[in-house]
Amino acid sequence: MDKKFTIMQGDEACAMGAIVAGCRFFAGYPITPATDIAEVMSSELPKVGGTFIQMEDELGSAAAIIGASLAGVKSLTATSGPGFSLMQEAFGYASMTETPTVFVDVQRGSPSTGLPTRPAQGDIMQARWGTHGDHAVIALYPSTVEETYRYIVTAFNFAELYRTPVVFLMDETLGHMRESFYLPHTDEFDTVERIQTEDLKSETVYQPFLEDSELYDDIQPLVSMGRSRFHVSGLFHDESGFPIGESDLASKLMKHFTNKIKLHLDDILIYDTYMMDDAEYVIVAYGITARSAYRAMKLARSNGIKVGMFKPITIWPFPTIPLKKILSKVSGIVVAELNMGQFAHEMSRINRNMVPMQTVLREDGQLIQPFDIVDALTKLEGESEE
Amino acid sequence: MNRSEASEYLRNNHMPTVWCPGCGNGIVLKATVEAIKNLKYSKDDIAVVSGIGCSSRATGYLDFNTMHTLHGRAIAFATGVKLARPDLKVIVMTGDGDSMAIGGNHFIHACRRNMDLTVIIFNNNIYGMTGGQYSPLTPTGSYATTSPYGNIEKPFDAVELAKVSGATYVARATSFHYNLLTKYIQKGLNHEGMSVIDAVTQCPTYYGRYNKVGTGPGMLQFFKENSLLLSKVKDMPQEELEEKIVIGEFVEMEKPGYVNEYAKLRKRVEAKSHAK
Repeated sequence: MDKKFTIMQGDEACAMGAIVAGCRFFAGYPITPATDIAEVMSSELPKVGGTFIQMEDELGSAAAIIGASLAGVKSLTATSGPGFSLMQEAFGYASMTETPTVFVDVQRGSPSTGLPTRPAQGDIMQARWGTHGDHAVIALYPSTVEETYRYIVTAFNFAELYRTPVVFLMDETLGHMRESFYLPHTDEFDTVERIQTEDLKSETVYQPFLEDSELYDDIQPLVSMGRSRFHVSGLFHDESGFPIGESDLASKLMKHFTNKIKLHLDDILIYDTYMMDDAEYVIVAYGITARSAYRAMKLARSNGIKVGMFKPITIWPFPTIPLKKILSKVSGIVVAELNMGQFAHEMSRINRNMVPMQTVLREDGQLIQPFDIVDALTKLEGESEE
Repeated sequence: MNRSEASEYLRNNHMPTVWCPGCGNGIVLKATVEAIKNLKYSKDDIAVVSGIGCSSRATGYLDFNTMHTLHGRAIAFATGVKLARPDLKVIVMTGDGDSMAIGGNHFIHACRRNMDLTVIIFNNNIYGMTGGQYSPLTPTGSYATTSPYGNIEKPFDAVELAKVSGATYVARATSFHYNLLTKYIQKGLNHEGMSVIDAVTQCPTYYGRYNKVGTGPGMLQFFKENSLLLSKVKDMPQEELEEKIVIGEFVEMEKPGYVNEYAKLRKRVEAKSHAK
């Protein structure tokens, strides 16, 4: 099959990939650096029978995509930090009602209005804990334009399979950057399709929150509106979706949120490792910073430092298992990120001072330079020789 | 419509409702069910979306596709439902606080877009669920737990707001005027575009008690005595109307709305890409 060589902007790749994933509804509100996603969706969705709407604010955008998804259509919204903050209540509703939705957050310098046109990776913790209460969440983080195109499809599949909102984190630099790559053929992607209510047997009384589903092994898939005539609520509910007040049932629901992710970690945790076979040190970096880290790894290798790299694509749930394996093999670790140490905080939680750790952090709206990471590695090497 | 006819549309196993004795929400709920029955809609083809508050609990009792959503956001959720599935009849059940305060922005913009929704405002001019605070529709001077010295704010008029924002069917009736209310809801459901029905209803527990209007029947009596039909008030001076509830149909017109215009846009874009 002839592959088409293409050039795309990160935001554009996100939108085009979403359409490949089967997204047919987009609701959004203009915000730098995510606006381009809305622009591409407004132009592309009507071509494939989909619908675009520019809502009055991000509160409405998040609500509209949840409504559209519950009605039976795969849905997306895209925003940046300030808008993502406004979406948090609805995000929790999507989590509570287990509504498959994808929220793109093209991060910019933050907090507040911050640095609208500069990169930052400051929303790592917000992606996990932004909405109130314990809840299920998956967050994916690409580092190239091609990965953006590929993993937005994964984001939609995860949303359907695990019935959860998925955060798709991007960097300002990635959103606005153009890169060339071989466009994967749409046949290369498996997409998880929504079950239509008409497909249910006529005697089936559909319970939207049933555990041990006949339709799929342990997570009941969402079916479209129609004959199913189900009820959803942000209140604690039983398997039928109706509100309950009993403590044991509330506890059961909370455990279900945790377990449905925990039991599928093997499928959910996506990551890449580079040159880890003989590595004595490892650089952990994600998103745009992984690009600097890769260069740093090469530079350090040419200086004789045996270093490898770990690049998580799945940021949440935290890749504890693969990282613990790596920690048991290396004698030093460098975490590089564009914030004051949000991922590093989680790293140190699982490292528990087992191996020396250096951080390379930057919060001024500029990218981390490969040399800064090499310096950190040199420091680590010095420490371990002492 | 008798009880058994109504119960065909209700989730009877979730009764009794959370509503207090004397509350008017059940009357509005029944009027809605009767309107749907009269129109012979299939239960599968109706989606009802509500926000948060006493009235928003209505979705749990209705045997349709139902969503009990977030405070203020029902209209935005419903917009998503309607655009994803234009084949569904989408009803929004909301309160005066839900639609006029926290959800005011979604309300005016759905009117502006002439979104094909039927919005029924259960207007009891108080926040009942949280225990009787004043709302944006509480009359000036009225008492509530957060206006112990009388409300100093001026209320919105939901009908006027819907009118100027662009809704294409706007009507008001009270829980006393059951037949009128049913008729307006029915016309709203049948109308293509944004329909707003301001259903004035009683909260005897908070509003009635604090303002000495009476219990459920007393408040219905108040609605009976203080309501005037729009057709009868045309020539009356404004000051005579100040304490009155004007009921009737305020707007009824055909205008293009988002749902149909988007379908047209899609056809246009498809034709263009085929021509290439």
